[in-house]
Amino acid sequence: MKPRALITGVGDTAVGELAGSSCMGLHREAALAAVADAGLTLADIDGVLCAYSFTEPHLMLGSVFCEYMGVHPGFCSAIQAGGASACIMLMQAAALVASGQCRHVLAVTGDNRLSGMSRDGAVAALADVGHPQFERPYGISVPAAYALVARRYMHEYGATPEQLAAIAVEHRTHAARHPKAHKRAPITVADVMASREICSPLRLLDCCLISDGGAAVVVSAADTAGDAPNRPVAILGAGQGHTHEHIVCAPSLTDFGCKDSSRRAFGQAGVSAADIDVAEIYDSFTITLLVELESIGFFPRGEAGPAAQAGALGLGGALPCNTHGGLLSYGHSGAAGGMFHAVEAVHQLRHNAGPRQVRDAELAFVHGDGGILSAHCSLVLGRT
Amino acid sequence: MQRPIPAATADTREFWEACGRGELVYQVCRSCARAQFYPRRHCAYCQAGEPEWRRSAGLGAVYSHTTVYRAPTPAFKADVPYVIALVDLDEGFRMMVNILGCAPSAVAIGSRVRIVFRPTGGGVALPQGELV
Repeated sequence: MKPRALITGVGDTAVGELAGSSCMGLHREAALAAVADAGLTLADIDGVLCAYSFTEPHLMLGSVFCEYMGVHPGFCSAIQAGGASACIMLMQAAALVASGQCRHVLAVTGDNRLSGMSRDGAVAALADVGHPQFERPYGISVPAAYALVARRYMHEYGATPEQLAAIAVEHRTHAARHPKAHKRAPITVADVMASREICSPLRLLDCCLISDGGAAVVVSAADTAGDAPNRPVAILGAGQGHTHEHIVCAPSLTDFGCKDSSRRAFGQAGVSAADIDVAEIYDSFTITLLVELESIGFFPRGEAGPAAQAGALGLGGALPCNTHGGLLSYGHSGAAGGMFHAVEAVHQLRHNAGPRQVRDAELAFVHGDGGILSAHCSLVLGRT
Repeated sequence: MQRPIPAATADTREFWEACGRGELVYQVCRSCARAQFYPRRHCAYCQAGEPEWRRSAGLGAVYSHTTVYRAPTPAFKADVPYVIALVDLDEGFRMMVNILGCAPSAVAIGSRVRIVFRPTGGGVALPQGELV
């Protein structure tokens, strides 16, 4: 498998409630860490990709970042696809270096969503993804839309609240092994089941966190492999899938664009789901992960929930999943939430994940979804 | 804080005008004959132009539902808990409504629903659902 592109550097900030942080400050910290990790300086970066921000929103966040840092790359753009943004940025970065347009592309994300705005403010801002005429007048929110998916999925495939709770518990167990994780205190299935109802059948601990934090990745041309001080990670495959934006228009509540995005990414990499050693998959809610695991084909229909209860997603399980703790327990800082998944996959494939390390990990699957399971992007990464 | 009031566009004006008369309308493609919602100037399945408007009987079944306990904005805080449902109308299209006038626990997948119209603050009549 000849890599199309290499991840040569990753960087992330602390995650949680970071007093005194700012959106651009988090971008700066993550970017400098990733560039240093790649053995480069900002002057070596000839492509910049940013995403979006709630606390410092701007039509042209890429240009805002470049101005803030005082850099003048040959390519700069911003990508806004909700939770799919990070994976799409890396897919786009890989295309830029594979085409010869750029040598080293910096994909940088960050937001101080927790300290920079109220939790109510973040919930309200997210609810704006609802259709202005045909959803928002009914009081739709992102958790409510995912709850509609959860209810239907439970009806068709027998998933239970206890199975969803098991997913939340496993994520907390993973997070407890990561010193940076936002939430590390252990929880039980009973804790999840007793947490307050948000939108039935989803409870508070079925929902991701709201965190401050930033993360960045440097994607470099394949022929730069020998220059990187840390072992590069190969981008072996990438794919997207798009079916709808608003849940009222979703063609299915049980099958989503992750099926197409993963098929394309696996096909490009020449591997299948069964070959994956570690998966870092978007987990905005417990149901998000369960649906994606089954829709992608990691588990047959109706079996991801029982598998989660049996420990299949844990370290040493059949599919160690979200080994940093995911959005549910590691942290969720807007587009950086998805980038944390990519950063963790790189640590796993470099074999430097410490107590979280999946033994002999050679192939990782990273997946992001934006909107209400609307926009999907999958990556297959390999150890070099 | 005010609830969002639907603002009609050129694509949806006919729909909202019909709601004002107490009628639920939807579109059927003149080429591929599929029903669609929300209204557009073309068919989202085959891209043929100017779908035909038809009147719906306003009856359907709950495809999925949730009871909201955490309001997205202060405008909805007084209403919690409230039910949001995706309803499959008998004519073959799906829309989102609140299910009004019943306990949330009375709503189930498959429950039969009748579309009713309720005024919003902005002079627009909003289609809503009631259990039949």
